[in-house]
Amino acid sequence: MLYDKILLACGSGGRLTSEIIKEVFLKNFSNKILKELEDSAVLDFGSTKLAFTTDSYVVNPLFFPGGDIGKIAVCGTVNDLSVKGARPYAISCAFIIEEGFPLTDLKKIVVSMKKAANEAGVLIVTGDTKVVERGKADGVFINTSGVGIIEKKVEISQSKIRPGDVVILSGELAAHGVSVLNARNNLGINGDIKSDCAPLNGLISQFLKKYEVKSIRDITRGGLGMILNEAASACKFSIEIEEDLLPISDPVKNACLMLGIDPIYAANEGKIAVFASEKNAQEILKLMKNHRYGKRAAIVGRVLSEKKSKVYLKTSIGARRILTMPEGEQLPRIC
Amino acid sequence: MKNNYFSEKYWKDPTIANKILREIFLLSKKIKKSINIMEVCGTHTMAIAASGIRDILPNNVNLISGPGCPVCVTSAGDIDRIISLSDISGDKLIITTFGDMLKVPGSGRKSLSEAKVNGADVRVVYSPMDAVKIARDNPSKEVVFVGVGFETTAPLIALTVMESVNININNFSVTPLFKLVPPALRFLLDSKIAKIDAFLLPGHVSAVIGYEPYDFLVKEYNMPGTIAGFEPLDILRGVELLLRQIESGRPGLDVEYSRAVKKEGNKVALSVMKKVYGTYDAQWRAIGPIKNSGYTLSGTYEKYDAFKKFAIKERKVEEPAGCLCGKVLLGLVKPNACHHFAKGCTPQTPIGPCMVSSEGACAAWYKYGLKR
Repeated sequence: MLYDKILLACGSGGRLTSEIIKEVFLKNFSNKILKELEDSAVLDFGSTKLAFTTDSYVVNPLFFPGGDIGKIAVCGTVNDLSVKGARPYAISCAFIIEEGFPLTDLKKIVVSMKKAANEAGVLIVTGDTKVVERGKADGVFINTSGVGIIEKKVEISQSKIRPGDVVILSGELAAHGVSVLNARNNLGINGDIKSDCAPLNGLISQFLKKYEVKSIRDITRGGLGMILNEAASACKFSIEIEEDLLPISDPVKNACLMLGIDPIYAANEGKIAVFASEKNAQEILKLMKNHRYGKRAAIVGRVLSEKKSKVYLKTSIGARRILTMPEGEQLPRIC
Repeated sequence: MKNNYFSEKYWKDPTIANKILREIFLLSKKIKKSINIMEVCGTHTMAIAASGIRDILPNNVNLISGPGCPVCVTSAGDIDRIISLSDISGDKLIITTFGDMLKVPGSGRKSLSEAKVNGADVRVVYSPMDAVKIARDNPSKEVVFVGVGFETTAPLIALTVMESVNININNFSVTPLFKLVPPALRFLLDSKIAKIDAFLLPGHVSAVIGYEPYDFLVKEYNMPGTIAGFEPLDILRGVELLLRQIESGRPGLDVEYSRAVKKEGNKVALSVMKKVYGTYDAQWRAIGPIKNSGYTLSGTYEKYDAFKKFAIKERKVEEPAGCLCGKVLLGLVKPNACHHFAKGCTPQTPIGPCMVSSEGACAAWYKYGLKR
């Protein structure tokens, strides 16, 4: 590593995050379960299989169009469990609150968590409250952990992805990233851009009941570009997606163009990528499109037989280029 | 179907792209020899890389990147001057900047981003007006906006300075390091260091300055030029028009981007710049001073010059050892010819500015995995 202090980019879900995980955490904690590095750990007790995950939420601003920190804290953990094929069962919530934080805001956040948990059908069963001195935290930070139950026959893993499998995207990219950036900096971008923050266990269970899938990934920080690179490196094959097939709403696309942000690497909070055989993919797509969180779902690419772990993007004009892993946080450009 | 020229989809249409490409191949066959087309705009560099255009062009048509990325052309000495502001930052001074500038390393590899980690008050803004707001909200502190850019960025910052005069904000200042495109083109042609057969001219800069400032290209240098937009079809069509000029032996100035560029440019922007700025011999990275190639604050606006306000003198600084940014900017080498490229030098750990800026040639090659 070429730095001796933690940079913001180390937490942005890109290459530097991977580096910190590998060089610091994996080096010390490594074990069979952790080294899978998927959205949830799978704990196999023989008769029961559990998915277990944790995530901390540090969004600024705390409230933004389409959601707030509380909604994300519940949905994010529900989604991390669901993409491993688990039925979310219970979650914990731990608050780190800055001294002086308005009580009404805290109440608003908690009500939002309750609503999201109700929608996802999950119980918040344990928690913790810490208050730190003014200036030692940014309003409120929330950590949630969750457990879910995986049916015995369900086995979802990136290592099962094979050539010919297709990539299904559950909807339009980048809405969350742009919505938060817009709210954080008062950019005044119109077009009703709202975060896509949503619990996706309902959407996932609908197709998982009927069709086998190879892998499901929760597309959050680092965007689609990140998870495709992770999937390619886990399954050893290359993946190709097509620019024209990627669903992105016009307002989000225009905002990204203006800010110099690549929607492929922008954050989402209610989108998944599903890897499945071509045969199952059409049926899964149909089911997704019938669900409120999958209306704009689309097949966006496929797994190639090339064993290079690369990700390619076929551009609109028919050229092909490499889609690299994102580096760090995306910074808006000068002109 | 009616063509919607303002829809983004139209400018990416693969059928039209193929038609233009066929023309390009025919022309390139007739021309036979190798043609170097220089794009002098970082947004072009990025758009070319993102759409994969290089790979579908004929082998004898090369697109080379020129000095078109505002952060990259800022001299190492000027970067050091900007970063040295962080020494007085903290309690008394807030540095505001566009995101691009944050990670650009100075001669000691220290950047604003690193200064921030070590306690300097550095804030990313999306508009220079946000910097004025910060100045208004923090009357006991000085607020400096890092002003770097071409004719596209300069008018906006001129307006901001005028506005701070209007609302009587005195704790705001700007590092006036603006650069102008036409003098850089002339320098490239006079110095003859790179083999350039045609210029793909910047769409947005031209929307501000108009066509006239490019007249010298044909009149004095017989140099083909086309002002092009930034969508894949704009760029392909721009290349086609340039090849047509070369093939016919009649260099000219074509305007592909007529939906945004007018002959007289943007009169409001031009008049604002005339009011606030005066030209000076700006320092360009790896080139040195080019006569009248930059804008700086002049007249009554001089007191908003952060370098003068805080007595930060001009500096001469060596390029980082082994860094080829200078040669990349002049179109002499492709980024992957640098032995630091993708090894010691990555967007997160940059050695030279071309790797940091989202408009830099090295960043484009790194991000889009280019080989050609």
